[in-house]
Amino acid sequence: MSAALRVRAVRRADLPAVIALDATVTGLHKADYWQRIYRRYGVGGQGLRHFLVAEAGQRVLGFVIGEVRDWEFGQPPCGWVFAIDVDPRARQHGVGSALLAGLRERFERVGVRVMRTLLARDNTLILSFFRSQGMTAGRLIPLEIAIGPAR
Amino acid sequence: MRLQTNSRLAIYAVLEFASRPGELVAAAEVAAKHGESPHHLAKVLSELVRAGIVESVRGVGGGYRFVGQARRLTLLDVIRLFERLGDAAPAGADSSPEERALGEVLSEIDEHAIATFGSITIATMLAAVARQRRA
Repeated sequence: MSAALRVRAVRRADLPAVIALDATVTGLHKADYWQRIYRRYGVGGQGLRHFLVAEAGQRVLGFVIGEVRDWEFGQPPCGWVFAIDVDPRARQHGVGSALLAGLRERFERVGVRVMRTLLARDNTLILSFFRSQGMTAGRLIPLEIAIGPAR
Repeated sequence: MRLQTNSRLAIYAVLEFASRPGELVAAAEVAAKHGESPHHLAKVLSELVRAGIVESVRGVGGGYRFVGQARRLTLLDVIRLFERLGDAAPAGADSSPEERALGEVLSEIDEHAIATFGSITIATMLAAVARQRRA
């Protein structure tokens, strides 16, 4: 990866690359879903919703999506990281770190002092990535219960 | 949460070696730094050598060096060489409801411990150590 890495807000023209990257990682092609995400996070976020891409040599190498949420779960405004993905061929080159740093900087601009995310505990790859960025277990504990008819 | 002495010592040794890539480090130096006997540390190091995490070079100027991948090797990988985590036998069918209920709680704690140790690499730990030094 020789071209300079740049993190910027997503553009509509990036969507095919984002959809293809997501399909590579998840195995699912979700064009309608990404159009909705683009409308919600890509435009009109008023500084609180962010959909960023990392590009090098005009090639999209990854994306991150986040949002500032106020007083959710009784907590002061916090920046949530909802999704982050990096082209498997571009991993270990600082793309994820640059994306997270870009999102963090935008959160900081609006006064947010905590960045938070939620992951399945068996998602070791992404857990390790967030740990490598200095993130640790937070003050909240997610709880859940299986509901519906007993099986 | 407490780790067994061997696990803690192994982590300290791996961090020491990994922080000085390529350098041969004397076991006595690591033992002295952490207040452990060289004899005790030697047993721990032999396990790390067997696991391919460090290698030993004998003779004058010899010592140990890290040969693992700091960005891949996790705390869990090291700890599991010395102790079992999260594999307590589930309460059997003839156990009491109290035993089964407590077993569920302990399993929940174990699963979180495993996820935590399994997601922290040696490289991440080295960064955390550097942060502690600066603090």
